[in-house]
Amino acid sequence: MKITVKSWFKSGSPWVWMNASAVAISLVMVIGLLALIAVRGLGHFWPSAIMMAEYSVPGHTSSAVMGQLADDEEIPAQRLIDAGFTGLAEEELVTRQLLKVGNRDVSGSDFVWVVEPWLQSIQYPEDAIALERREWGNFYGFLKEVRQGDSVVATGSEAWAALNTRLERALKIYKEIHHIEKKDIGAINSKMERLRLKQRGLELRNQVTPALLADIAAQRAELDVAYKVLEKQLGDLYVSFTRDSVLAETVGGQTVEINVSKIVRAYQPNAMGLGSKVAFYGSKIWEFVSDDPREANTEGGIFPAIFGTVMMVLIMSVIVAPFGVIAAVYLREYARQGTVTRIIRIAVNNLAGVPSIVYGVFGLGFFVYFLGSHVDAAFFPEALPAPTFGTPGLLWASITLALLTLPVVIVATEEGLSRIPSSVREGSLALGATKAETLWRVVLPMASPAMMTGLILAVARAAGEVAPLMLVGVVKLAPSLPLNGNYPFLHLDQKFMHLGFHIYDVGFQSPNVEAARPLVYATALLLVIVIAALNLSAVAIRNHLREKYKSLEV
Amino acid sequence: MQSAPNVSFDTPALLRYRNIRKLKDRTARYGIATGGLGVIAAILLIFFYLLYEVAPLFESARVQEEHRYVLPMASGQALYLAMEEQAEIGLKVSTSGDALFFDAADGSEKLKAHLPVPADVTVTSVSQSAPGENLLVAGLSDGSAIIFKHEYKTTWPGDKRVITPSLVYPYGQDAIELAPGKSLSEVAVRDSEEQLIVTGAHGNQLYMTRFTKEVDFLTEEVTLEGEDVSMPLVSENVRRLLLEPDLKWLYVLSGKDTLTQVDISTSLPAVHHVIELTHDAAEVNDLEFLLGGISLLSGDSHGRITQWFMARNEQGERQLTEIRSFQQGTAAITRIIPEHRRKGFLALDSDGVLGLYNTTADRKVLTVDIADKDVTSIGIAPRADALLLGNSGAMKLFSVKNEHPEVSWSALWDEVWYESYDQPEYIWQSSASNNDFEPKLSLMPLAFGTLKAAFYAMLLAAPLAICGAIYTAYFMAPAMRRKVKPVIELMEALPTVILGFLAGLWLAPFIENNLPAIFSLLVMMPVGILVFAFFWDRLPLEVRSRVPDGWHAGLLIPVVLLIGWLCLAMSGTLEGLFFNGDMRTWITHDMGISYDQRNALVVGLAMGFAVIPTIFSIAEDAIFSVPKHLSYGSLALGATPWQTLTKVVLLTASPGIFSAVMIGMGRAVGETMIVLMATGNTPIMDANIFEGMRTLAANIAVEMPESEVGSSHYRILFLAALVLFVFTFVVNTLAELVRHRLRQKYSSL
Repeated sequence: MKITVKSWFKSGSPWVWMNASAVAISLVMVIGLLALIAVRGLGHFWPSAIMMAEYSVPGHTSSAVMGQLADDEEIPAQRLIDAGFTGLAEEELVTRQLLKVGNRDVSGSDFVWVVEPWLQSIQYPEDAIALERREWGNFYGFLKEVRQGDSVVATGSEAWAALNTRLERALKIYKEIHHIEKKDIGAINSKMERLRLKQRGLELRNQVTPALLADIAAQRAELDVAYKVLEKQLGDLYVSFTRDSVLAETVGGQTVEINVSKIVRAYQPNAMGLGSKVAFYGSKIWEFVSDDPREANTEGGIFPAIFGTVMMVLIMSVIVAPFGVIAAVYLREYARQGTVTRIIRIAVNNLAGVPSIVYGVFGLGFFVYFLGSHVDAAFFPEALPAPTFGTPGLLWASITLALLTLPVVIVATEEGLSRIPSSVREGSLALGATKAETLWRVVLPMASPAMMTGLILAVARAAGEVAPLMLVGVVKLAPSLPLNGNYPFLHLDQKFMHLGFHIYDVGFQSPNVEAARPLVYATALLLVIVIAALNLSAVAIRNHLREKYKSLEV
Repeated sequence: MQSAPNVSFDTPALLRYRNIRKLKDRTARYGIATGGLGVIAAILLIFFYLLYEVAPLFESARVQEEHRYVLPMASGQALYLAMEEQAEIGLKVSTSGDALFFDAADGSEKLKAHLPVPADVTVTSVSQSAPGENLLVAGLSDGSAIIFKHEYKTTWPGDKRVITPSLVYPYGQDAIELAPGKSLSEVAVRDSEEQLIVTGAHGNQLYMTRFTKEVDFLTEEVTLEGEDVSMPLVSENVRRLLLEPDLKWLYVLSGKDTLTQVDISTSLPAVHHVIELTHDAAEVNDLEFLLGGISLLSGDSHGRITQWFMARNEQGERQLTEIRSFQQGTAAITRIIPEHRRKGFLALDSDGVLGLYNTTADRKVLTVDIADKDVTSIGIAPRADALLLGNSGAMKLFSVKNEHPEVSWSALWDEVWYESYDQPEYIWQSSASNNDFEPKLSLMPLAFGTLKAAFYAMLLAAPLAICGAIYTAYFMAPAMRRKVKPVIELMEALPTVILGFLAGLWLAPFIENNLPAIFSLLVMMPVGILVFAFFWDRLPLEVRSRVPDGWHAGLLIPVVLLIGWLCLAMSGTLEGLFFNGDMRTWITHDMGISYDQRNALVVGLAMGFAVIPTIFSIAEDAIFSVPKHLSYGSLALGATPWQTLTKVVLLTASPGIFSAVMIGMGRAVGETMIVLMATGNTPIMDANIFEGMRTLAANIAVEMPESEVGSSHYRILFLAALVLFVFTFVVNTLAELVRHRLRQKYSSL
């Protein structure tokens, strides 16, 4: 049967196709977005080859460039011509590449755009090294010699092995230093602060006695002594830490001396085989999830952000789960079903649609400024005027998000309760159980998967929410984790780092966005994976639950 | 027959057990009821707390008399009254040259100082350099002037605040000879980094001395180099002198209502402009600067106060322009007192009525009859929370509660003529570095930005989501539907911060570089799909039947990808052919449309992406739950599936689709992170798709952390949050009610 365009349109078939295309476009968009994040996020850790080339822009003297390829794009040649370059045909499309050339201390910027046709004699020298440093970003170049103090230890081909052993030693010392600075000195500082507060508290309550003061002074002296010891230890460690240095040459021929203590990682990507590349990749990913950030969050790991997110979500769950369930049980089991409950139900449902920033405003105004200042006045007068709970912090952030996710838990639990056939309840009551017993032994266990679903959805929502947190507790860089070895161990008043906010902050507030971008993609990928896993498990539990009660209804 | 064993259910143990169970049951009942109601109350608390924070904005002001006393020293008439920061100490300077610091609450003397006025000479006029500054000048009857300053030092002996006043002479105690032998009826002083200018008037003659400051860079000592400047004559007797802070203009009020603007920036000052301050022959009784020295306020005998400042007229010349006026009553205005920290002022008329005003808000905050017709001097505390009124000897202290005068309906939602602007405009600019800044708190640009962002988002999301929902619910094979729905749910769960980050850092530059691709996609996508569909439907049945019914969407995925890739690949060529190689420059230069990298197009795409799943789920639900027998009936009567869909299914489900769009809209309006990251956050009012915007939600996120607790700015941000809350709540409730009715309709069918 031949169809004409006219009859085809009349049949309505094109419109069906158009509708189908909407689904196809949506699917392409979702999957494309996930793929984009995954490719960009995972690609960052791969040790890509270091390219060395002669870059000769027509009309300029040529110069040597060296670096890792970060990005490329095709642009119309016209744009380059407009920018004052010559030697290009007008209608042409040219590829330009973004090279990560590192050496920020020498050249001033990490990245350069180069036009591909102007790159000549491209090579990948095996002995090119990349050094990840604690400051100034990556270094690319050639290793000349390794020095200990003023004496040269190794040159030429032996230098690489010497650097590796010395780097290993330096990293070990770094770990010790880090431990002393963060753990031991941190503990002393926290004890000192507590002594100060104790004394101030005594003064405020007019309970100062010479004996107590002497006691405090004695403790303080003890801490001072301990501190002096640690300080001495640190000084020694630093001396041995900064013992070695390397001399390296950039591609432009400049010689740079880099102290080994400033290096985090050294590698020769062009000389690596697939096996060592994979191992390198693994260790970079491990560093990413387990290390502290470096260089204004643009390098290193995101462990504190992961930890902060998890802490916040846990505290929030502890608050939201019981209250959400109680409210749902009340609405479904105890309240008289009528107009009022219907209105309440609609209101609760709609609260899920209220913009999250509104919760943030409420949290800041009510919890932080109003409740917080009262809590401070009642329980922490000795710390005033410095606020303890009167400033954004972990507790207020958790409570605010608990309020935000309350409707999610209530709605999910209520749905679970409503799916339990009333015959089950009636059976229990008929056997003589009280309503509370029915609820506790029959209804709630049956509804527990629904509660789980609600809680998981709440956690997924809270983990991705940023706008309210910006007002009630996150910071770009928290000095210490909210859970550590110093009394009172769980610091509910502290500010914390958060994955979502980390993305916003590093992507938009950081001074070197280009360098930070891959890290943001990786963070985003991690967040997406967590949230996708949470959501899919919630969906799975819900489907399982539905199947289960379908059989009950028969 | 065996008798039943005699079991007693009423043993003490069982009774006790039953009682415990009963108690437990009751505890659970009350516990859960309290908990449940508590949670619901906590949720309601959000609304009431927002309201509680916003309410003070709309509270009216209060003026209340606190104390009344007679000052101990009645030497001469008070020429000047002032108060210090805490409103604890007042200062009175009288004609005899006495300066008395007194306790503002009871009038007891704190410090008595005497200006270095020679014998037989009286003080004829005292003037303050600017509202909020403590530098004063006293004009004497012998034609000289004394510059002095009142200062306060706060100490805390024994945790109690003690304020010690003092009178200092920053430029020495020597009087400045302005007009030897002629009594100075008016004086004015202004201090800047390089200059100190003192000016005075006798009759219609003006006198001015200009001191150039020279700072010794070693000792940092300031030496003054004085120079008398010859001034032009004005037509009638001078009644008021005002020196502008930039030391460019001297404003002279003379005669009834003549204002002469003298250019004093040159070595030979000349009259720049003369204007009449009234049109109806009223007499101007007082002329004052508003805080900042940009605006002039004139109060006239018809009870009217008019604000003037320099603005460009139609010819592009800057001239003194009448901006707005306030009518207090019918009695003549006698005094105008500018506030020290805000663009507000007080006005007193001859009936003893006091009015509180704010110029930006164009608002008469309060008029109160304080029934003192013979008030000779009046002073306001720097925080504008207290007021001193004095007549011959008797003194009254009023407390003023006027927290948020700068907020009014017109300030928030109407065009306002801000200082130094040439016409009324909508502007949001809440803070600046300097103190005399005029806060511009128009919510219009923010509301406009919110709706603009939501509009562009809905433009993408509504058609895609609704069409997708129609297909998924009505045509799609169940197996595919089971796979598609979780993907869409996942799409809903994606954190908006990720969408915002991709929009800002990836999509915005991508779109900028591939503009032709984006626009060709709009045309190519539908055309390409139709062409593919047409040829697919013409394929022989054997080929077509390999793909089962309801899998069209899966078939289209490669087509969509191909078209997308084609458009991208063509992008550069198109740019070269039609747009001189660069569409972005072409838009800015040839079309004259300004282009921001992070613009409404980017926001529309990213936020549309976020809104699609919301609309999709609800709309799909509504269409899917249309009772099947309706569509079967229609199909059985010979309608095609498409006819059944449009004439039966969609008609029945339309309220559900409508509520889906509403809920999607609510989400788009309140979304924060995407807008925050994908736009430049500039509060402009322009519907241009290539420019950014600032939304209410993003504005809260940006400004809330820096806002001072309890300030008008803080409360306006709460107001913005309340507006968002109420808007989304109402929209969602309406949508929910629509859905509810629909569900009832379905169940009755």
